[in-house]
Amino acid sequence: MQKSIRRYFALFALPTILVFAVIFIIPFILGVYLSFTEFRTVTDASWIGLGNYIKAFSNQDFINALWFTVKFTVVSVITINVLAFLLAVLLTRGARGTDVFRTVFFMPNLIGGIVLGYIWLLILNGILMKFDVTLTFSATYGFWGLVILMNWQLIGYMMIIYIAGIQNVSKEVIEAAQIDGSTRFGILRNVTIPLVMPSITICLFLTLSNSFKLFDQNLALTAGAPSKETSMLALDIYNTFYGSVGWEGVGQAKAVVFFVLVALIALIQLAATRSKEVES
Amino acid sequence: MKRTKWLGLILALTLFAGIAAGCGKDNSGASGSNGASGKAGDIYFLNFKPEIAEVYEKIAKDYEAETGVKVKVVTAAAGTYETTLKSEIAKSEAPTIFQINGPVGYQNWKDYTLDLKDTKLYSYLSDQSLAVTSEGGVYGIPYVVEGYGIIYNDALMKQYFGLSDKAVSVSSMEEVNNFDTLKAVVEDMTAKSEQLGIKGVFASTSLAAGEQWRWQTHLANMPLYYEFKDNKDYDNTVLAGLATNEAEFKYDANFKNIFDLYIHNSVTKPTLLGSKSVSDSMAEFALGQAAMVQNGNWAWSQINEVDGNVVKSGDIKFLPIYTGVDGEESQGLAIGTENYLAINSKVSAEKQEASIAFLEWLFSSDKGKSYVANDLGFIAPFNTFNDDEKPADPLAKEVTNWMEKDGIVSVPWTFAAFPSEEFKNQFGDGLLQYAQGNKSWDEVVKIFKDSWKAEKAK
Repeated sequence: MQKSIRRYFALFALPTILVFAVIFIIPFILGVYLSFTEFRTVTDASWIGLGNYIKAFSNQDFINALWFTVKFTVVSVITINVLAFLLAVLLTRGARGTDVFRTVFFMPNLIGGIVLGYIWLLILNGILMKFDVTLTFSATYGFWGLVILMNWQLIGYMMIIYIAGIQNVSKEVIEAAQIDGSTRFGILRNVTIPLVMPSITICLFLTLSNSFKLFDQNLALTAGAPSKETSMLALDIYNTFYGSVGWEGVGQAKAVVFFVLVALIALIQLAATRSKEVES
Repeated sequence: MKRTKWLGLILALTLFAGIAAGCGKDNSGASGSNGASGKAGDIYFLNFKPEIAEVYEKIAKDYEAETGVKVKVVTAAAGTYETTLKSEIAKSEAPTIFQINGPVGYQNWKDYTLDLKDTKLYSYLSDQSLAVTSEGGVYGIPYVVEGYGIIYNDALMKQYFGLSDKAVSVSSMEEVNNFDTLKAVVEDMTAKSEQLGIKGVFASTSLAAGEQWRWQTHLANMPLYYEFKDNKDYDNTVLAGLATNEAEFKYDANFKNIFDLYIHNSVTKPTLLGSKSVSDSMAEFALGQAAMVQNGNWAWSQINEVDGNVVKSGDIKFLPIYTGVDGEESQGLAIGTENYLAINSKVSAEKQEASIAFLEWLFSSDKGKSYVANDLGFIAPFNTFNDDEKPADPLAKEVTNWMEKDGIVSVPWTFAAFPSEEFKNQFGDGLLQYAQGNKSWDEVVKIFKDSWKAEKAK
């Protein structure tokens, strides 16, 4: 069996590799190339070197979007993970209706980002209507609107991952801790959390990269209003690429910078949390 | 052991078959020129106007039935035409007919526009100076003349003028011919809105993202028309605008006049305008909640199609947008076009010819003309149309009436000279902030000037 897998490896993997190349590797390389060119449509481009990168970094919109994204990511990563973990702890206590609650919390994750964005736009505007303002009134409203939306969507998913992690913690270890006289909080702090570190790694990675790359929700909820103050990096790149003629290359350069940033952050985070993982 | 081997091989082959089938389909699509189904001459029309997308589909079907030529119509969602065009034109099956929005749009797409100087379509134009030209070539042909102003519901106005305690001396809309009178009427109507059964005089000033064009483009046209008219070096305000690297926004107070009137006498409170769309305000007008709304004759279908529409077509009238400029009594509606048809110069000659033939059919055959006048509702600027082939909807008729009035000068669409979409959006965002009370008017003026300058320099 082992042998035949090895023999047919190429045959089995080839379709996937082909698809991966066509829809990922080739566009990626093309994208990096385009960031050094000036072009109107992606099929004819002329080389201009680093000009696009200079424009991108001297573009105030880009810097604003970067800060907004960083702030948003910090806040939402913390809130999502804390809340998801708390829910997971509550829902592994074996209380009545656990399954129903798990399902309910997980469901928002099944709805697409654009739809969620519009639903929350209606809800939030409906509430703000009482105060005679809308979500576009100030960037602070938009910011917290996005945080709420993102929490609502991702908590359920992260919760499931944490539940799986918590259920994997062996009863013996917890019992041993109880016999040693540890408090409930002590068990959570010193036994459960170290043992669910792999789940934390995954959840942090998912929330971090999802928040940083957020696009649909941003587009549907605020579309950057007021005055682009709530546009995040992905939306800013999209607007640069499609919104201003002649700036397609700059948009592409921003996208490359964006990729490097996301990759860097993800790698650092993975390395940092991996080192904390322990075996029971 | 042997069986697993076979199984593996079969599985692998099945996977491959799937891929091969997928690719095969793609190939036949891309190299369509050899297809027997007449693919070579297929037309791909990228439509700009979502409100009439369905009519184009019908026209395409009819044309195919008549000539056998397939017309593919794709409609870009509101506000995304440039985006859609940019991605569509890079495809191997690129649009053969697309639209540019005037001289500025031509600059963006000049590598893709075909010279139409020798086509019959160009010869049909009743005023050939309307076309987008450059160095002797003709690259964009206008296909519709449109007008915009303040649309009002005459039934409500008559009801108001009939009130015994009205605070103004005028007694019909004909006498409203400058900003001061309009302001007096509007503010008095606001005071008596309960008596009139309206929620506000003006429908919502839609300031949601992508819904701001009535203000950052159409309303901004008024002050800039007057500003560029003062530039005596040019006899055309669009050309004067195109040559202006730093706009002064000299008539900003006039813009503020009318904009303030709109947002303070409206169905919606100024701070809530950021959530309103154009369709919201057209619905408010159609349902009789508002007496006036700024929009153009293209809005007729929107008004007409609203469920529970209470406005009779005979009551829908146009008023020019008065802003308090001296001598505006003779000002008419803003009339012009930002819709120019262009043919893609990078598709095969066969497709180009087929596309031109389709357009010529649409604007000169009896069937085509009937579609244009009755279903699309276009006031077409072609000499192939007789007087009885003009659109019959009330707003189009009003546009024609205003154009023919003695002593009235129509305002040209000077916004064709605005530097870019980005400029319009920045100004629109400024207007939203102003309406919400986050920015002062001076800051908005500054945004306008800075943005104009920056976008011109790009």
